[in-house]
Amino acid sequence: MLLQDTIRSAAGTRGSHIAIICGDESVDYATLDARSDACAALLVSLGVERGDRVVSLLDNSIEGAIALWGILKAGAVVVALGPSIRAARLAAIFRNCTPRAVIASPKNQPALSEAVAGVGESPKVVWTAPPQGLHNDPSLAQAMQSRALAPSVRQIDRDLAAIIYTSGTTGEPKGVMLTHRNLVNTVGVITRYLGNCPGDVVCSALPHWFSYGMCQVLAAAFTGHALLLEKSFAFPFEVLKSMVRHGATGFPGVPSMFASMLKVESLKELDLSRLRYVSNAAAGIPPAHVLRVCEALPHIAFHSMYGQTECTRALTLDPALVTLHPQSVGRAIENCDAYLVDDDGHVLPNGGTGELVIRGANVSQGYWNRPDETSAKFRDGPIPGEKVLHTGDLFRSDAKGLFTFMSRTDDVFKCRGEKVAPQAIEHAICEIPEVAEAAVIGIPDATDGLAVKAFVVVREGMALTEARVRQYCNSRLEAVMVPRFVELCHDLPKTESGKLRRSGLHERHMASVATVDPPKPTTRGHA
Amino acid sequence: MDTREQVRAFIAERFLFDAAAPIDPAASLIKSGILDSTGAMELVMFLEETFGIHLADHELVPENLDGINRVVALIHRKRTALAG
Repeated sequence: MLLQDTIRSAAGTRGSHIAIICGDESVDYATLDARSDACAALLVSLGVERGDRVVSLLDNSIEGAIALWGILKAGAVVVALGPSIRAARLAAIFRNCTPRAVIASPKNQPALSEAVAGVGESPKVVWTAPPQGLHNDPSLAQAMQSRALAPSVRQIDRDLAAIIYTSGTTGEPKGVMLTHRNLVNTVGVITRYLGNCPGDVVCSALPHWFSYGMCQVLAAAFTGHALLLEKSFAFPFEVLKSMVRHGATGFPGVPSMFASMLKVESLKELDLSRLRYVSNAAAGIPPAHVLRVCEALPHIAFHSMYGQTECTRALTLDPALVTLHPQSVGRAIENCDAYLVDDDGHVLPNGGTGELVIRGANVSQGYWNRPDETSAKFRDGPIPGEKVLHTGDLFRSDAKGLFTFMSRTDDVFKCRGEKVAPQAIEHAICEIPEVAEAAVIGIPDATDGLAVKAFVVVREGMALTEARVRQYCNSRLEAVMVPRFVELCHDLPKTESGKLRRSGLHERHMASVATVDPPKPTTRGHA
Repeated sequence: MDTREQVRAFIAERFLFDAAAPIDPAASLIKSGILDSTGAMELVMFLEETFGIHLADHELVPENLDGINRVVALIHRKRTALAG
């Protein structure tokens, strides 16, 4: 079975039902199917063939979904990237996956031109609507008018459906390869444990270029339910009103969204009676927040989940257990093995602490064109030839086999649910001529979970401002990696052998927090 | 420093990391990628603390916050209401 079989089927059984609502627009399954057919036909007419990579640079929108289904129907591989991606990162991804085509909005023109200049063979560009002076360029708008039918492309479920880029420890993007088999399996499993049904209206403000957000787009077609797409969570009250207006039944979130939601004073007065479930993933949510969400919305099921791009999803906690075990992410999902190993790779019994290993049809084939990184994370499993995923996350399991996240095995952390690689930021900061050395840690923050703090040692006799450090990082790195806090200092804590001691930085931060006056309480938010 | 300049300076410093950066006062901060989720909440805190106003949930909407001109109009409305 292929992913696009689901939307074709939904067009048949749920054709006149709403598929996607975004802002003031909506589209039913028959229309979404027809428009993505036209998109697929356009891509094929431009030379896109089975297995080719097609990049899409669209925000959460009906067009973004049309592009996703269109690329799949063309037999190609979806490479969805955020529209605010920096030109340098876009160029690196182009060099890595050599896309045949790119679907973009005219406002991406500058970044796109810069990125395309850095690669050998230029991909064909398909605009959402043609930019000024380029009316003859291919566009989705033009394709929609053609009403062309999807070309017939022969594929099997071992073919790649998507490559989702994630940051490595030093920041370089790695493309996680996901086959139709991977995603059909895992999206199916997810819709079953969430209890998705055709009447569902799932509200997603999650970026569809991340695994968690992409699953929301794919899952809707699996069940034939409606997807209420929000472009951002910048105004939580607006999203909540939208959920009330459209009778949202499900809300997948990340911890920073729940933290923002809990600050909305009138949360309990809103009519969210149709809301059936919320889910959390991408980072650990403070147990106190889990309990406050359950208390504010007593009729909903809270699904506390864990996954990585490399396996889409791996663990989920039965909502019936969430008030008793608010710190846990539960057990392995259906058709998946999850176990802990010690430093020697021995499987641990319940009650131990070790690295989480995932085995199953959800596990990716590896990173596109990165054999070394692939063999480091995807290692031999119990059956000859199979690979299992070493997550790099430390978990403990209790006597009943419930897993709880403890920490990373490297220094990577999540800020607002997005991956932050301290070394990538440190390398960037050290490019500033006035910098001698730099170190980055994540510090506890009420909204972000962990906020980025950089300690920077300035070179003898030189001057540097915090603003300059942030400006430089903003030009070089993805937005989430720009340090929110910068501390200029004379030295960094080291071990006897001269290695950076990150625990020393945490100690320094705690000490500095203790000596300043506590911030005056604001009127916003619950006690 | 007048209100409009105070707001521009805060947004430029905090989100563009360049206090002198010009920002089109009529442009949408969200659409231009200047403001995101945490950004909006930080802007609200800045407005409440700097101008002594309180914003209720239903006022935290793009009509009031998504653009320097809109923010300035909001501040003037709230201060006039307080003074009156």
